[in-house]
Amino acid sequence: MAILVNEDSRIVVQGITGGEGSFHTKQCIDYGTKIVAGVTPGKGGQEVQGVPVYNTVREARDKQNANVSLIFVPPAFAADAIMEAADAGIEVIICITEGIPTIDMIHVKNYLKDKNSRLVGPNCPGVITPGVAKVGIMPGFIHKKGSIGVISRSGTLTYEAVSQLSSRGLGQSTCIGIGGDPIIGSPFIDLLKLFQEDPDTEGIVMIGEIGGSAEEEAAAFIKENVTKPVVSFIAGQTAPKGKRMGHAGAIIAGGKGTAKEKMEALAAAGIHVAKSPADIGETMVRALGK
Amino acid sequence: MKIHEYQAKAILRSFGVPTPEGEVAETPDQAKAIAEKLGGGVVVVKAQIHAGGRGKGGGVKLAKNPEEAFELAGKIIGMNLVTHQTGPEGKKVNKVLVEQGLDIANELYAGIVIDRGSGKPVVMASSEGGMEIEEVAANSPEKILKEYVDVEHGLQPFQARNLAFGLGLSPAVAKKAVPFFMKLYRAFEAKDASLMEINPLIVTGDGNVLALDAKMNFDDNAMFRHPDLPELRDITEENPYEVEASKYDLNFIKLDGNVGCMVNGAGLAMATMDIIKLAGEAPANFLDVGGAANAERVEHAFRLILSDPAVKAVLINIFGGIVRCDMVATGIVEAAKKVGVKVPIVIRLQGTNAKEGSEILKQSGLNFSVASELEEAAEKVAAVVK
Repeated sequence: MAILVNEDSRIVVQGITGGEGSFHTKQCIDYGTKIVAGVTPGKGGQEVQGVPVYNTVREARDKQNANVSLIFVPPAFAADAIMEAADAGIEVIICITEGIPTIDMIHVKNYLKDKNSRLVGPNCPGVITPGVAKVGIMPGFIHKKGSIGVISRSGTLTYEAVSQLSSRGLGQSTCIGIGGDPIIGSPFIDLLKLFQEDPDTEGIVMIGEIGGSAEEEAAAFIKENVTKPVVSFIAGQTAPKGKRMGHAGAIIAGGKGTAKEKMEALAAAGIHVAKSPADIGETMVRALGK
Repeated sequence: MKIHEYQAKAILRSFGVPTPEGEVAETPDQAKAIAEKLGGGVVVVKAQIHAGGRGKGGGVKLAKNPEEAFELAGKIIGMNLVTHQTGPEGKKVNKVLVEQGLDIANELYAGIVIDRGSGKPVVMASSEGGMEIEEVAANSPEKILKEYVDVEHGLQPFQARNLAFGLGLSPAVAKKAVPFFMKLYRAFEAKDASLMEINPLIVTGDGNVLALDAKMNFDDNAMFRHPDLPELRDITEENPYEVEASKYDLNFIKLDGNVGCMVNGAGLAMATMDIIKLAGEAPANFLDVGGAANAERVEHAFRLILSDPAVKAVLINIFGGIVRCDMVATGIVEAAKKVGVKVPIVIRLQGTNAKEGSEILKQSGLNFSVASELEEAAEKVAAVVK
């Protein structure tokens, strides 16, 4: 089962002719992912890594039945690319692009309101269902098929958590990077809901960081709706106020969005909070009582 | 990106937002000439630094005439201004804004930010002008009026009226405040601002509405469509280490501890800082070398970290994904040989080709301490600092 991507996912890569797009298309294919089409306006008719390229997403969907999109389009054009995918009826849109202006993402979210598409990202590593489909830039080999769902605002820190899980024999159902920007397509809550409903997921790892209040909202949601054990880590316990820590969304603004507040809210909701990033895997082992 | 008050006011004026008349000066003579041009009466001399709290720190003074403006500008330009936002080290003042003195009847507050929860810009107004808005929010949140903006339509006149009448303004003053809010929002939207604060927004004795102060920050991601904005950057306002880092596209933030950090990825970089703290030491910096941690970037990062005399040891934490650890290790060895590292270095490599990477480090003949787990790395670095 897993969530978001599975055996039936047929992926179109938007921005496939670029350096990053072409490189990761190969990595995904090597993992066994069904990349069925690419899109780069004006380059229709070409082939990249043996994948046919089309001028529009609509064409890619019509000709190859694509239902998932992976976006590597540069920031200035990425918002348009997301909307194009949604208009073409793509069900899951995964946007890797970093550096999209905040206001563009607000327009995108408004546009998606009456569409049936789910957006993951932007500024994220993507989604992987281990052993089935890798739709993103994460290293496939650290993952292991299993029953832990992982949701994270980070990239390499997610790899760290996954590697801790895998080395303890805890495989993953699906791992999702939701992105480090202030405005993202799918917040924690939307995915927690899917993991709670997914029969293949036994436990959930949620990795947050400073900035915003998504973790607090997730804590409240988990308390009311999630019965599976949830382990959480919040990065940035030592981050100074008012400084953007790499991610556009990782900033303590006006004294709000500190790691302390988030960790307290999560602990109060009964979530297993790992204080150290080295304890994420071990905390899940304990939470599962295995 | 942040800009100075005088620059923000120039942007606001170009959108028709009323501000006091004035100009920026870099010398006392210029300040005097501006005061004369403004009519020779009372002027305000305001230190131009990016931090707030300038008035309390002694950076904003009233001058009765051009001679006094000359004198005060002489005192303020070159002074080291300490406010609650500059930190105890303060900030050197290079410029002053000289503005006409006004008859202030009422001080209010106006601000615009992007509300992350709702995904909408929110225009805020408060009767508590001159106060820190965070303080008002904490003590009397009911005094902050908010209007959430649908970006597809922009701020609507009725929303501006809600704010103006909500502030208790008379109909005559509200008639001026409404277009003020509308233009303010237009400037925010057109310039891809991430924050705008008018504190105070004033009503004069004769019923005019003006921006007495102005603060604007911009969305760094939107710079590609605003070629005019980067010109407004003042690097003397930024930390010199961070300015240096920005030349090489390194994400770097200077901190107070003495363990230098080099990490790939922002989340892992923050987590590495956290685990150093848990091991009993403090990070000297946040540094994300990015996805492409090649030899050149590693070298720049090394130089930057080691140029800080507070750094007593360095922790390098790389989780290889698409970036291979053996490549990073080669880069570290090359860079270390070039830079001439004199402090202990602990390196943790995990992920793609971690074993090969560790082997390269061990055989380099350089004095690296290698760790495979995160906790082990933090403990090793803490041990060498003590």
